[in-house]
Amino acid sequence: MTRLTKTLLLASGAALLTTGFATAPVMAQEILFWSTQARPVEEAQAMRDDVLAGFDGPGEVDYSPQDGGPFITRLEAEFTTGEGTIGLIGALHGDFSALGNDNLMDLSGIDVSSLGISPALLELGQLGSGEQLYMPWMQATYIMAANREALPYLPDGADINALTYDQLIQWATNMAEETGSPKFGIPAGPSGLKHRFFQGYLYPSFTDSMVTEFRSDAAEDMWETFMELWAVTSPASPSYNFMQEPLLTGEVWVAFDHTARLAEAFNQRPEDFVAFPAPAGPTGRGFMPVLAGVGVPVTAPDQDVSMDLTSYLMEPDTQIATLRATNFFPVVDVELPAEMPASVRASSAAVAAQSASADANPGLLPVGLGDLGGQFNAVYVDTFERIALAGQDIRTVLDDQAETLREIMEEAGAPCWAPDPASDGPCPVN
Amino acid sequence: MQARSLPYLLLAPASVFLVVFFLYPAIDVAIQAFTVEGEWTWANFGDMVDHWKFESALWNTLLLAAIVVPLQIALSLFMATMVTKMKRGRDLILYIWTIPLGISDLAAGIIWLAILEQNGFLNSALFGLGIIDSPTTILSYQNPWVLLIAVAIAEIWRSTAIVLVILVAGMGLIPKEYYEAAEVFGAGPWKRFVRITLPMMRPSLQTALILRTILAFEVFAVVIALAGTNMPILMGEVYEWEFRLRDSGVASAYALVVLGISIAFTIFFLWALRVPKGARV
Repeated sequence: MTRLTKTLLLASGAALLTTGFATAPVMAQEILFWSTQARPVEEAQAMRDDVLAGFDGPGEVDYSPQDGGPFITRLEAEFTTGEGTIGLIGALHGDFSALGNDNLMDLSGIDVSSLGISPALLELGQLGSGEQLYMPWMQATYIMAANREALPYLPDGADINALTYDQLIQWATNMAEETGSPKFGIPAGPSGLKHRFFQGYLYPSFTDSMVTEFRSDAAEDMWETFMELWAVTSPASPSYNFMQEPLLTGEVWVAFDHTARLAEAFNQRPEDFVAFPAPAGPTGRGFMPVLAGVGVPVTAPDQDVSMDLTSYLMEPDTQIATLRATNFFPVVDVELPAEMPASVRASSAAVAAQSASADANPGLLPVGLGDLGGQFNAVYVDTFERIALAGQDIRTVLDDQAETLREIMEEAGAPCWAPDPASDGPCPVN
Repeated sequence: MQARSLPYLLLAPASVFLVVFFLYPAIDVAIQAFTVEGEWTWANFGDMVDHWKFESALWNTLLLAAIVVPLQIALSLFMATMVTKMKRGRDLILYIWTIPLGISDLAAGIIWLAILEQNGFLNSALFGLGIIDSPTTILSYQNPWVLLIAVAIAEIWRSTAIVLVILVAGMGLIPKEYYEAAEVFGAGPWKRFVRITLPMMRPSLQTALILRTILAFEVFAVVIALAGTNMPILMGEVYEWEFRLRDSGVASAYALVVLGISIAFTIFFLWALRVPKGARV
């Protein structure tokens, strides 16, 4: 072998080794916090500087927010090999149910009894297993936000804190007719959360159901009502992912979205926007609470540190810091300090009014779907896209999508959740 | 021995890289497309074809390629002809024309989104000039043709340069003598272009067409940025099924469709633009 060949081989070998190490595990004492939450750059930085910096562990916490795809791909790779570098998982309830119960450690050993976490939330964290597979971490919901300029167009006699869907349609119609362009919007973009609007808001409000009555006559009426609203909804809605953006530019005056996705509007111009509860339909005021949790993968390098970090995140002070960083509300019983961001003040009142309203009809996040959660959401998104965007016949689409929904429920074997009455076997689709 | 083994040793790292990161995953994808829980089946393809978006995704992708690729070839031929005729400043113009090559497709999509969205530059300009009364929604599900045209413009803007670079190189290889002879016999510029330039450029046209067509079937980020889910395309569905619907089987089936179309077009161009053996320079 010539000298040149040797040098080249050595060089390429060295290059391979360095690239290999660049992606290889971080130093042993660091703990990798792998999360689908707090993804925007500012939120992620706030998590690192204001929330996790205070953790008194053997090393720093490496907070690594991920998109859904890479998030699951790496976890699955670690589960498959049985060896991992991820110390803590932060994700939504639905993400956890897709991970597989065997891959998550039981966190029952962490004493949270004095923190006042709602038993309903703790039960969601068990994923039906009887073990605490994830710890409730923070919560949010979806509400409505309006630019103050929109308020004069409210229909006569309408109370913004107790609207009905008919009044919302009238309001949107007034705005569209008098300003010349539709001013109501929903986050129907590619990563917008429109499916929650149908699952947790419209369906419970019109059919008192999310799954069982999917193709009922009431559902048909519901979609007809929705189409009245859609006619006076901004046609740019299918490109909105976070409603705070069109609210801030003034493209949209009234919007439905996740509290965290409206927050910037309240924070940047607190005087200009109001938050209020979602409207009510014939069967009540449907709304969907959202829960994020933290869990420890069985492949975590140092499970004790992961558990310590979990308990640290549950402490009331950490929960308040998390609220500031992410606009997600605490799950523990805690008194909010007075000087909170404008978004927190605005939305906490609306969230409270929504869940405490006399006709409140909560529609819970899907439970027990495993990795079929995405396909479950797709049923609602497809129904919306076929009816509203492709202009297909409502009855045909509902019958068609109901079949897909039934197959998913049967494949997952998931029993009903609220507002559908409990079922013995898989939740039926009538 | 050393001299003989050296080329292989030098090629080895790249080959290993390609096998590990391209060939192996590609085979894995093919297996996934034809299996459900370890059993061989066509079910993934059935699910794919039955889905209501399949037809429009396939149609949109083909239509987009049919619009974008011929326009880019024509445009690049025109630009390449101009560039080769230039005496001074040729390099500068080429550098400027190839700037979009350095921009990622997502960035290109976002740039055009900034122009075309409701509060974008186009609307502001029209509004500022008093041509429209209020900013309008240009990129809306209500005007699918506008979406298609917007995506086509962004794609043409972004990726014509790659075709241009190939064609400029090819054009430079044509011996001057052919043109001189044609001129002697009185052939005009158009005739020289059609009878000399085009036939002599077959190999580079072939390369450019194959490369651009394959890339056109892989179009993804520009469409996502400009049209969101309003314009389904094949690669968008691959992403949708893999990451949102978590069904790798159907995603793989879509990926194989893209691969199949790409192979079919590659074979077609190899055949249609082949240079007869006796005519090779």
